[in-house]
Amino acid sequence: MSLGADTYRGRAALALPKLAWFRGVANAVIGIAVLVGLWWLGGVAVANNPNMYAFADFAPGPTLSALRDMVGSGEVVGMAWPSLYRVGAGMLIAVAFGVPMGILIGRVAILREITNVPFQFLRMISPLSWMPIAVMVFATWDGAIVFLIAAAAVWPVLFSTAAGVRRIDPAWLKVARNLGANVVHMLFTVILPAIAVDILTGLRLALGVAWVVLVPAEYLGVTSGLGYSINDARDTLDYSRLAAVVVVIGIIGFTLDYLFMLAIKHFNWVRSAD
Amino acid sequence: MMVTRLKDETRIETTTKPVLRPVPGGAHIAVRNLSHTYRKADGRVLDALDFEIQPGAVVALLGRSGCGKSSLLHMLAGLTHPTEGEVIINGNVVRGPSPKWVMMFQAPSLFPWMSVAKNAALGLKFNRRTGEIAKRIPEILDLVDLGPFADRNAQELSGGQQQRVALARSLAPSPEMLLLDEPFSALDAFTRRSLQQDVRRIAKDLGLTLVIVTHDVSEAVIMADRVLVLDANPGRIADDTTISLENDERNASAERFQSEQARLMQIYTDVAHGDAAAPLS
Repeated sequence: MSLGADTYRGRAALALPKLAWFRGVANAVIGIAVLVGLWWLGGVAVANNPNMYAFADFAPGPTLSALRDMVGSGEVVGMAWPSLYRVGAGMLIAVAFGVPMGILIGRVAILREITNVPFQFLRMISPLSWMPIAVMVFATWDGAIVFLIAAAAVWPVLFSTAAGVRRIDPAWLKVARNLGANVVHMLFTVILPAIAVDILTGLRLALGVAWVVLVPAEYLGVTSGLGYSINDARDTLDYSRLAAVVVVIGIIGFTLDYLFMLAIKHFNWVRSAD
Repeated sequence: MMVTRLKDETRIETTTKPVLRPVPGGAHIAVRNLSHTYRKADGRVLDALDFEIQPGAVVALLGRSGCGKSSLLHMLAGLTHPTEGEVIINGNVVRGPSPKWVMMFQAPSLFPWMSVAKNAALGLKFNRRTGEIAKRIPEILDLVDLGPFADRNAQELSGGQQQRVALARSLAPSPEMLLLDEPFSALDAFTRRSLQQDVRRIAKDLGLTLVIVTHDVSEAVIMADRVLVLDANPGRIADDTTISLENDERNASAERFQSEQARLMQIYTDVAHGDAAAPLS
């Protein structure tokens, strides 16, 4: 980071003292407390309902104790790792296809016009509706799941990349050409740094969809992962465990999203005009 | 004024023979029978231009909007190809951009994700001369008075400072010619004046050929040794005149500056109103 950027941040911190940070944290705590409170109330209502008391383990108390066991025994890692691997592989495929295709669509008008309708059409098909076809096409369950995640993640990456490329200041390309840039320079010194934030924003959206698609996709034949664990807990009537997996899914999803937000902040070259 | 014209007419006659030898320090430019048409229906933007620019000269292309002066500059830079005719730099026909002739635009268009030093080093990087960056960039940034700003982000600089970075970026690959497309028109008057004088001084010190496109008569008088006044529809050279001012006279308060400015303004107005005598080219 340059000296100037630090000065800027310093100035912003002076203008809005630590109070703002404290307020942000306090409000987040209040929000979480309200959520847990509602959850607890729901648990009490279920426990006192003779028709539903079998589900009382969904309440915060049993759930958090199941979660503590899960984390303590390290079981949570074994559960989450296959899921993270599948999401990672799917996202990687989405990037490998979506970024180059997005750059091409952003740069070449004719390609944009030809692909617009088919891509918008494909985008609107729920990735889960490919499930039966994916199962037939891929030899392994893992392959089918990775495909479903890639099919969900590719569109936000592709469209966000294309939009970023179209927003590139044409003068940057002219300046680069004037200074003797070749195609490789154009791509790695001008285009990719200029659209890094657009790609990451697309990835952040893609992650949101991929993480949602993951759980139902893991209801397929696999015997590992977070989706499988939910199904497994349901079948063994272990509701505290089921609720604990739900919490784990939420925490991991939130953390991944937060990491993308940090990356976007890091690569964002737009300085506020204050 | 007729006298001036006659004199210039003679000069053009005598310099039509190309001087085809590379000149150290600055580029020699010969424009031969250059015409340009964007779309057939619109007719010619530039019509049969024929002129030369000597190495190390500072030449202004002065004309109203739409006279094709900016198109002409793009052709000198090899960014656009003329429909007819050719541009010859140091004896070679221009076929594309080259680090030997670099263009500066109205907007500095710095890359906002890079520091000042990295922006200035782009030309060297693109021409596989990264080994020179460590030595050359600090020198160049000092030359444009931006030494202490090397590590700053380009966006944190004022408009004038950004244009100085653009100047450093253009100078870093050691070009023989700089082409300026109204590069100061977005700046405030004070910043503009100091940049005009600095760019002329730097070009003279380095022996660069400098071609400036402008519609500002005072800019032409401050910076140029020679002014080509362009007529519009189609673009032709309507006048070719010399600004014979010493460097210390190139400020608005000098008496001879004012008389040169008035003379050029008269030529410009005559051309703009179509009162000018038959085009020279």
